[in-house]
Amino acid sequence: MSKFGGSNNKKEVPAMSSGSLSDIVFMLLFFFMVTTQMRDQENKVQVKLPEASEVVKLERKDLSSYINIGPPTRALQAQYGTDARIQLNDSFKTVDDIRDFIAAERDAMSEADRQFMTTVIKGDQDVRMGIITDVKQELRRCSALKIMYQARKTE
Amino acid sequence: MAKKTPALNTSSTADIAFLLLCYFLMTTTMGSQTGLQRRLPPMPDKNQQVQDQKVNRRNIIVVKINSADRLLAGSEPIEVSQLKDRIKEFLTNPTDDPNLPEKEVTDIEGYGSYPISKGVISLQNDRGTSYRAYMEVQNELVKAVNELRDEFSSRAYGKPFNSLDEEKQEIVKTAVPQNISEAEPKDVGKK
Repeated sequence: MSKFGGSNNKKEVPAMSSGSLSDIVFMLLFFFMVTTQMRDQENKVQVKLPEASEVVKLERKDLSSYINIGPPTRALQAQYGTDARIQLNDSFKTVDDIRDFIAAERDAMSEADRQFMTTVIKGDQDVRMGIITDVKQELRRCSALKIMYQARKTE
Repeated sequence: MAKKTPALNTSSTADIAFLLLCYFLMTTTMGSQTGLQRRLPPMPDKNQQVQDQKVNRRNIIVVKINSADRLLAGSEPIEVSQLKDRIKEFLTNPTDDPNLPEKEVTDIEGYGSYPISKGVISLQNDRGTSYRAYMEVQNELVKAVNELRDEFSSRAYGKPFNSLDEEKQEIVKTAVPQNISEAEPKDVGKK
């Protein structure tokens, strides 16, 4: 039974220790917890973002509110048709509701952060400009002037 | 005689951690959001008389997109691929053409005096313009300005704009301003 003898031919492979497996998985878990953000809403409109090469990163995600514009998702098309619609939070809204939406978003922010509020327009690439112009005019009326047209980065 | 406590079975912690991992994978989104940032002009006051900003005609280039996504820059129709060079020529005015924008020699703090172009790009679109075409044009406009900034910074500092420190970036931004105005909506090119 000597360690280095080698005279023992009844060798048994020891069971693989799986004690560190959990550590590895926890490390993965923490990686994902740190690098990702909570999904804040369910998409009711299909948005295929337009492409642009000169995009900049959105600086503060917590200070941005999203306006989704696009045709309803396939499951909802039977009910709402295929015309482009505006989605605020979790439901379809009209241009008139933007005012309340912006006011609510603004109230949720601290006083110092309000000036940095960015409204992200997440528009489908096949949407007509009419609806986006309406949204822009409404945003101007609510003086939410910092906007961002969300786009995919291409080279 | 002390009884030896049996080792705690830890093989299920991995499963628990996997469950948690799956939960986070499902509920979170990854990747940063990118886009083109803009500042909208404030709404003019209703009581206030709309006073036309006196912008000299030579200082403004109107880019129009009609409902068929065709472009008009200044007064001639143009392709999207040509737009960038047209804008760059407009903003730099290399030959001091009297029809292109004038330049105002301004003293920039930390750099010295530099002739800043007074050119303004005015973007007008139709209600029927597709968002894709609109973004394409916006992108070309930004690209033109970014290239001019890069040119300026490599002339002045020998480095591209993005690798300058913040202070110098501000100087470059002052020297090459991004004046894109999104005008009041108008119906152009009705067919």
